[in-house]
Amino acid sequence: MRNLKAVLKRELKGYFESPVAYVFIIIFLLATAGCTFFISRLFDTRVASLDAFFVWHPWLYLFLVPAVGMRLWSEERKSGTIELLFTLPITLIEAIAGKFLAAWLFIGIALLLTFPMVVTVAYLGSPDYGIIFTSYIGSFLLAGAYLAVTCLFSAMSKNQVISFVLAVVACFAMLMLGAGVFTDFLNGFLPVGISEAISAFSFFTHFQNFQRGLIDSRSLIYFISMIGFMLTANAVVLEMKKAE
Amino acid sequence: MIAVESLAKSFGSIRAVDSISFTVNKGEILGFLGPNGAGKSTTMKMITTFLPPTSGSAKVANFDIWENPLEVRARIGYLPESAPSYKDMNVYDFLMFTAEVRGYDGEERKNRVVRMLETCNLKDVAWQLIDTLSKGYRQRVGFAQALLHDPEYLVLDEPTDGLDPNQKQEVRALIRRMGREKCIILSTHILEEVEAVCSRAIIIGNGKIVADGTPEALRRRSKLHGAVTLELFGADLKDAFADLEKIAGVERVELLTDEDRPSQNARTGKNGKESENGMEKSVNDSKEAEDSKAGKYGDGSDKTGKSSLRVRLFPKKGVAIAHEAAQFVHQRKWEVDAFTLEKGDLNEVFYNLTRGGQA
Ligand SMILES: Nc1ncnc2c1ncn2[C@@H]1O[C@H](COP(=O)(O)OP(=O)(O)OP(=O)(O)O)[C@@H](O)[C@H]1O
Ligand SMILES: [Mg+2]
Repeated sequence: MRNLKAVLKRELKGYFESPVAYVFIIIFLLATAGCTFFISRLFDTRVASLDAFFVWHPWLYLFLVPAVGMRLWSEERKSGTIELLFTLPITLIEAIAGKFLAAWLFIGIALLLTFPMVVTVAYLGSPDYGIIFTSYIGSFLLAGAYLAVTCLFSAMSKNQVISFVLAVVACFAMLMLGAGVFTDFLNGFLPVGISEAISAFSFFTHFQNFQRGLIDSRSLIYFISMIGFMLTANAVVLEMKKAE
Repeated sequence: MIAVESLAKSFGSIRAVDSISFTVNKGEILGFLGPNGAGKSTTMKMITTFLPPTSGSAKVANFDIWENPLEVRARIGYLPESAPSYKDMNVYDFLMFTAEVRGYDGEERKNRVVRMLETCNLKDVAWQLIDTLSKGYRQRVGFAQALLHDPEYLVLDEPTDGLDPNQKQEVRALIRRMGREKCIILSTHILEEVEAVCSRAIIIGNGKIVADGTPEALRRRSKLHGAVTLELFGADLKDAFADLEKIAGVERVELLTDEDRPSQNARTGKNGKESENGMEKSVNDSKEAEDSKAGKYGDGSDKTGKSSLRVRLFPKKGVAIAHEAAQFVHQRKWEVDAFTLEKGDLNEVFYNLTRGGQA
């Protein structure tokens, strides 16, 4: 456990010591604000709800989360430090969890910095703070799921750009499984039961469940097991690929 | 003790390490030699638990690399080839990180890091990003990281690679000093380094051990070992060549040309000392060397009609000829410019053992 903390601290410090972190946070804040105010026109609708804010998260994360996570293992393998890391008395689990948590925490910090949004809707009227709270939880879990996918692809390639592209494509696929268009398309030739089962595996479906003001235990379990599964796959890929 | 047993590693169809066995005890410094691609680094990566072996096993302090990798890692200090380290960190933070992972905290952690900065001459760059360090300094950071927890076992992959001559000497001295109470494996391409620091050397070729012994013993395998190199100067050397073959114990006499000189520069020095690294022992008369310089590089003769001759006497197997040769030359009253008893050439041994290798 202490080694997990050591890895986590090192990674997190790494984020904040590079300008990339600040660029990321600024882009994230500008993009969320831009989408909310200029595309969804939060002020014009004058609705005291953050739906117009959270609805953008799956799409913004699609690029921003892989950007945060792509270097986690690619860089380690490319620079050869993976040999150092895995000859120190650290277990594979500690290393993987440490890195994942560091990046997740970093995204969490960026997410917390969107609190002026809450202030804004509080000014517009009296929002349902329960919904805002669970939506934040859902958003954070969604980011975690994207990040776990990114970690997996980061372990697959030494090239950060390749890791990034593969992660974006994979996350997009996971998202689209539940999108209305895709479900309608499947309904065209599959029994409704099957297309529903497929959409049950979508990030989107579960993310939306959190926007209803309650923490759906199935969706919570879904995100947590999705993260667990991706990180396990990450471990397997690392074991296979670390020598290269 | 590090005990390696029939360790093998294949990458697809490449047999990088092919059933290697050896043991290294405390107090030993084992040098890995071998051409590029011989499998030195791969062997080290398996011993340090980074790579799983295809077959065979290794034990470090009686812990199996496969069953107890964490115990093995805790006891080993490892310097991987080309010393990878986190480039986005400064030297101090990087060492603090490894100290933390090695289980130190508080004052102890700081003290260890500071001590390592001193030992490895890193104090001046402690706050510099590793990314901006020169290669030699990066190598030292890797070295510091490996020594930080004062491990019983050290595995060093080309530890002096990229260091300047002074640092090389310093690191070698450090390794020798540590070798007394540690168990050390290092790899190198510098044969003098093996002679300078290792108590034992293993030559690997194509993934297999082709020689294992003290540097001294390896050198004895050289054809050159026990040969006497002579430089004679005199009026009548015409028959000398044939004459020399009569010396008891001499199997063969070889005429040496100027190209065979190890170093032309050395010849112009006062002592005409041929040895650069203490491998050869020279006995010289500097006065004669001065006197005869004129005829040295021309057609072998000068105005006085005297000429010089460079020959090498190879002994019959296992016979010492130095004494006989010295007496013989003395009897003939030849002027002796140089008299060298060859200890053998590791380069030659290395070449003969690894020639035809893949690289
Ligand atoms: N990850 C890998 N995938 C495929 N082949 C590999 C891999 N690592 C090493 N090899 C091969 O294994 C062989 C041994 O390599 P190794 O790095 O152990 O050599 P070495 O003795 O350390 O050489 P050098 O003196 O150049 O450092 C080489 O033929 C190399 O190409
Ligand atoms: Mg090597």
